[in-house]
Amino acid sequence: MSAQPAEDDEDLTARLVAFVGALRSKGIPAGTSETVDAAAVIDVLGLHDRDLLREGLASALVRRGGQRDVFDMTFDLFFPAGVGVSEAAMDAAGMELDDLRDLLAMALADGDLRTLEQIAELAVDLLGEVGVRDTNTAGWSAYQTLERLRPQTLIAQVLEQRGQGGAGGQGQGQGSGQGQGGSDQFTDRLERDELRQSIERFRQMVQAEARRRTAEVRGREVVTRHAVRPGNDRIDFLSANRQQLEELRRTVQPLARRLATRLAARRRKNRRDRIDIRRTLRRSMGTGGIPIKPVYAKPNPARPELVLLCDVSGSVAGFSGFTMHLVQALSSQFSKVRVFAFVNAMDEVTDMVDLEEADLAGRIGREAHITKWHTSSDYGEAFADFAELFMDSVGPRTCVLVLGDGRNNNQDPNFSALHEISQRSRRTFWLNPEHSTRWGLGDSVASEYAEVVEMHECCNVEQLTRFVSRLLPV
Amino acid sequence: MTVSFESPADVKQRLARAGYLASDAVATTVYLAATLGKPLLVEGPAGVGKTALSQAVAEATQSELIRLQCYEGVDEARALYEWNHAKQLLRITAGRDETWDEARTDIFSDEFLLPRPLLQAIRRDGPTVLLIDEVDKADVEIEGLLLEVLGDFQVTVPELGTIAATQRPFVVLTSNATRELSEALRRRCLFLHVDFPEPDLEADIVRLKVADLDKTLADSVVRVVNALRAMPLRKSPSVAETIDWARTLLALGADILDDEIVQQTLGVILKHRDDTEKATAKLDLNTVLGS
Repeated sequence: MSAQPAEDDEDLTARLVAFVGALRSKGIPAGTSETVDAAAVIDVLGLHDRDLLREGLASALVRRGGQRDVFDMTFDLFFPAGVGVSEAAMDAAGMELDDLRDLLAMALADGDLRTLEQIAELAVDLLGEVGVRDTNTAGWSAYQTLERLRPQTLIAQVLEQRGQGGAGGQGQGQGSGQGQGGSDQFTDRLERDELRQSIERFRQMVQAEARRRTAEVRGREVVTRHAVRPGNDRIDFLSANRQQLEELRRTVQPLARRLATRLAARRRKNRRDRIDIRRTLRRSMGTGGIPIKPVYAKPNPARPELVLLCDVSGSVAGFSGFTMHLVQALSSQFSKVRVFAFVNAMDEVTDMVDLEEADLAGRIGREAHITKWHTSSDYGEAFADFAELFMDSVGPRTCVLVLGDGRNNNQDPNFSALHEISQRSRRTFWLNPEHSTRWGLGDSVASEYAEVVEMHECCNVEQLTRFVSRLLPV
Repeated sequence: MTVSFESPADVKQRLARAGYLASDAVATTVYLAATLGKPLLVEGPAGVGKTALSQAVAEATQSELIRLQCYEGVDEARALYEWNHAKQLLRITAGRDETWDEARTDIFSDEFLLPRPLLQAIRRDGPTVLLIDEVDKADVEIEGLLLEVLGDFQVTVPELGTIAATQRPFVVLTSNATRELSEALRRRCLFLHVDFPEPDLEADIVRLKVADLDKTLADSVVRVVNALRAMPLRKSPSVAETIDWARTLLALGADILDDEIVQQTLGVILKHRDDTEKATAKLDLNTVLGS
């Protein structure tokens, strides 16, 4: 991959700065000193090897795990492997869809990544073009390409090809070469899953290629803004799709570990150095009002209890599910954690929250009593339920978290029930996954609820993390 | 710089000779860290060879490896230097008739200084690799100290003056990301995230470490381990565990993987009961067990 166009320094500097700017807009906080490091990296490594350059720039600009995907996507746009259509693709112009599928099946059977990459290039060129050329609707669509190519339907065909043992085992394709002895090899049962992973890789290649081609006609900045996914901790809970939620669920455990150390540190800090003002002043009476010896507050060894009231209806379910999992994983930091779920009726679900459970909302919907005569959320009704049935779970050591968007479908919001809950508790917070600009619009009564209890915007993992580590009582 | 390489390819070659097979990412970053003279911050799951990397760099460049193991409560006296109080007391009692000035200049001399890893690394003349292991376990206060030391590679001992490094050591910091390291520390380092290696590379690593292992078996082992890593396990098997497993299979004299042998040796790669159960179900091992 040596198709880097020769550039003079001026151009390269501008490109690097634009690249860093694009990274920042996607949540990688690279500062000036990082940019200087990156420039030094380019200076040392040169531009002749793109893979080395990628790793080198990553080491200077990415400062934590989990940002690498964003970096790679942006890197592909700003330092593309080539321009326009490659020669292989030129040769293949006029190829039919079926030929392409056969080619793909062969490459998958071989497990040859290089070939897969070339096929992705071809496929986008042949199948992916959308919009009208030379206008601002022009571009290449990964979605359209994959929809026409349907690589997931090739699995059976590929397995058959491998089974024949004819396909030479290059690259990763160790499985096929050794299959001759007998098809009951232990590793054979892994083939289907491995194939699925290869197809997923191919899918990503197509997406990257579509972004690259589109960036050529529409400009890199436009594509970066719209097509590069933000890192996991910036994904909006409300607009996350199933796959993203699944990814988020996998980050719960490490996140909980980090938060636990932070909470533990805060607790340690609380234990010492807190001056009891009232008793210090009282003692200062003995020395003529001069506080010579401060009195320190007694440490409070009891850990707080946590009660979660989660709206699990429709769009909020993703956010609630993530937070329930997180709190469960953090349970060692609290003396007791109880989780309640509601749509318009409140029920305890503490025992159902298990990190292994992928479809938490579904299970709660099936097994818990969370709806009455209708299925739209009704906060007022649910709070009234809670006040009536579970009020004894809230005490002066309890911190109550309400999770929900406050969209009440024009029912009675029942502020007094929420007020009562918040009065009995030590602290009550409302975490709202909607942007604060939308609170109070439409059927949302979030801004009225915000007057009763403290409300925080929690659109993504980043904001949730900040809330847990700074505000949650320890 | 005494720890230096010619190119990323050179890094790869020399590390391989020291028994460490590096990926492109690792080789490039090590090369840059050596060339730019910056500390290297290595993050990644346990057991992917973060610590082994610095040992290999030390061996490949014939440097001495100085290691500072961090833990909760590690302090300046453990990391930087300490005065040998007991010896100082002995010295004072020995010289009974001395004046105070004589005694003072004597007991605060080099003889009574106990250099800890950071100071050792700075004072050394030969090529040095300084490994600061599990820096995330240390308290935040230590980071401040590290910033100073890693910034200009000099240490001020009030009684002795400032000691500056004659040559910069090659510094590797490792972290398991249990705590967020401060931005300031991250900014001074080159960052390297080491993940589980690609299957091909892992198979090579296994065969390097377990020399007698058959190539086919090594490939199968790596494929199974990769399949396990794709499952939502409590603890994914690391490279170290792959190697252990390969050794076990070799010791048992297995030449191909079959249900029985996998079932018997699963404990080598999976360390939790629920993980074992999950893997058994997923890999269809139960059918054999039942029969």
